[in-house]
Amino acid sequence: MSVSLRPDLALISNWIAPGSRILDLGCGDGALLAHLAKTRQVRGYGLEIDDDNVAACIDAGINVIQADVDDGLAEFADRSFDYVVMTQALQALVRPDQVLAEMLRVGREVIVTFPNFGHWRVRVALLGGHMPHTPALPANWYDTENIHLCTLADFDALCRDANWQVLERALLDRSHRTGASIRVAPNLFCEIALYKLRLPG
Amino acid sequence: MAVAADSVGVVTPRKVAIATPLLLACGRVLPGFELMVETYGVLNAARSNAVLICHALSGDHHAAGYHSADDRKPGWWDSAIGPGKPIDTTKFFVVCLNNLGGCRGSTGPTTINPETGALWGPDFPIVTVRDWVASQALLADHLGIDAWAAVIGGSLGGMQVMQWTIDCPNRVRHALVIAAAPRISAQNIAFNEIARQAILSDPDFHGGRYIEAGAKPERGLKLARMLGHITYLSDTAMRARFGRMLRDGDGQYNFNYDVEFEVESYLRHQGNSFVDRFDGNTYLLMTKALDYFDPAREYGDDLASAFRTATAKFLVVSFSVDWRFSPARSREIVNALIAAGRDVSYARIDSQLGHDDFLMPIPQYHAVLRNYLDRVAAEAGS
Repeated sequence: MSVSLRPDLALISNWIAPGSRILDLGCGDGALLAHLAKTRQVRGYGLEIDDDNVAACIDAGINVIQADVDDGLAEFADRSFDYVVMTQALQALVRPDQVLAEMLRVGREVIVTFPNFGHWRVRVALLGGHMPHTPALPANWYDTENIHLCTLADFDALCRDANWQVLERALLDRSHRTGASIRVAPNLFCEIALYKLRLPG
Repeated sequence: MAVAADSVGVVTPRKVAIATPLLLACGRVLPGFELMVETYGVLNAARSNAVLICHALSGDHHAAGYHSADDRKPGWWDSAIGPGKPIDTTKFFVVCLNNLGGCRGSTGPTTINPETGALWGPDFPIVTVRDWVASQALLADHLGIDAWAAVIGGSLGGMQVMQWTIDCPNRVRHALVIAAAPRISAQNIAFNEIARQAILSDPDFHGGRYIEAGAKPERGLKLARMLGHITYLSDTAMRARFGRMLRDGDGQYNFNYDVEFEVESYLRHQGNSFVDRFDGNTYLLMTKALDYFDPAREYGDDLASAFRTATAKFLVVSFSVDWRFSPARSREIVNALIAAGRDVSYARIDSQLGHDDFLMPIPQYHAVLRNYLDRVAAEAGS
């Protein structure tokens, strides 16, 4: 993760009410939590599996819990957080749908980001007969961590089928900007999607 | 002996006499007591850089350095305590003591009961983790330490750390709970019971008055320690270290009960060397303190409630192959702390040995300790 705050993380912080309780799944070196603690006075914990990231979080004074998101959130009580956040990790999970359901059980609201596999660069690569190498998805098909990629349309369908309410959505290009082309044809031009979800009712 | 640059060098323990009466959990009162103490580093002017090390079942006050220039072995946690080590003695004033009821100089079964003039022996009260914390708090008063920058301990030591945060919330700024559990399981109590029975049923036990009888329950104590050592190692570690190796090179079975497999030799050695340095009555009461520890008990069995008044920030560490105090048990502590809204970080260290890993200089483990304690030191202004 970069030293300065990624623009998508800055955008997420605008979605977070001051003073809330946050669980950040796959928190990396804790950059988002550090930013939120400073700007939003949140109390938060990160979940992280990687040794170096755990050590980095501790070095930065971030509350980090070493655990594998794929092992589930059974250790966390229902509605024990205001927000459960996961940035750019959904597509690397064994069962993203189940993790999302768990996030919605543990948090009042869920914020999730993922790369859009419907982007035109991906489609062009597939038309050419190959798995895509794009700026947003640079890895090879055989060594990528991304095992469950989806398009905006797929994610919307999952939310519909699971009856999850989309509270907010931000669609960005890889420079984390929004633009006219994304508004006209989101599933073709959005590279990174941010969703805020909750259970209905 | 050439002392390494990162060693605290030769250290001298001292006895601290506490004259304040101590009401114990069992209802008895100790009118006063003595604690054997070692310290490393210098207490700063603000008295804000003191760190307390709590020892485990068979530990003592000698956590780091050497007692003499020709000492072969350093203190039990020398890998972590010293100049430039994770518990950095150039930054912290480190205090370690032999707990009440111990057998290494503090008031306990092997010392004289002033009321009778005889050895305490089996009459020494069974002390609890809470009693230890109370006695350590009196020690802190004696040393002029209002609040510890950190209280640190592994295993039974980690339990003392938790108790500190519950009983003296304003006197602990950081709590490092390593390879511990919120209370021990039936399986764990069962191991302790076998260890106790080994000692109690030794013909040389003499109802605990073995010193007066000129005896020592060596066989029982040895068995207790052998059993303990099995539970401190993982199956994988034992396979890797001993496998089915035989001591005799000829590879033939001897068809007798002498030491034959390497693992037998290891256990017997551990048992024998323990007998030389430990006391049966102390072992009995230490295992009982372990069994009784259950801070949630007074809070409707809800550990989170117990931690709700704590103000310390926590670092909880577990080791992947530790089955005596498994990572799942550390997660229970972490979950309760999160539910109580406490600041907590948790590291699960990939390890090889088992419960004993908490004493090993595993790079990731020490990196986590160092990163955490560097912040504690900065906060303490040292």
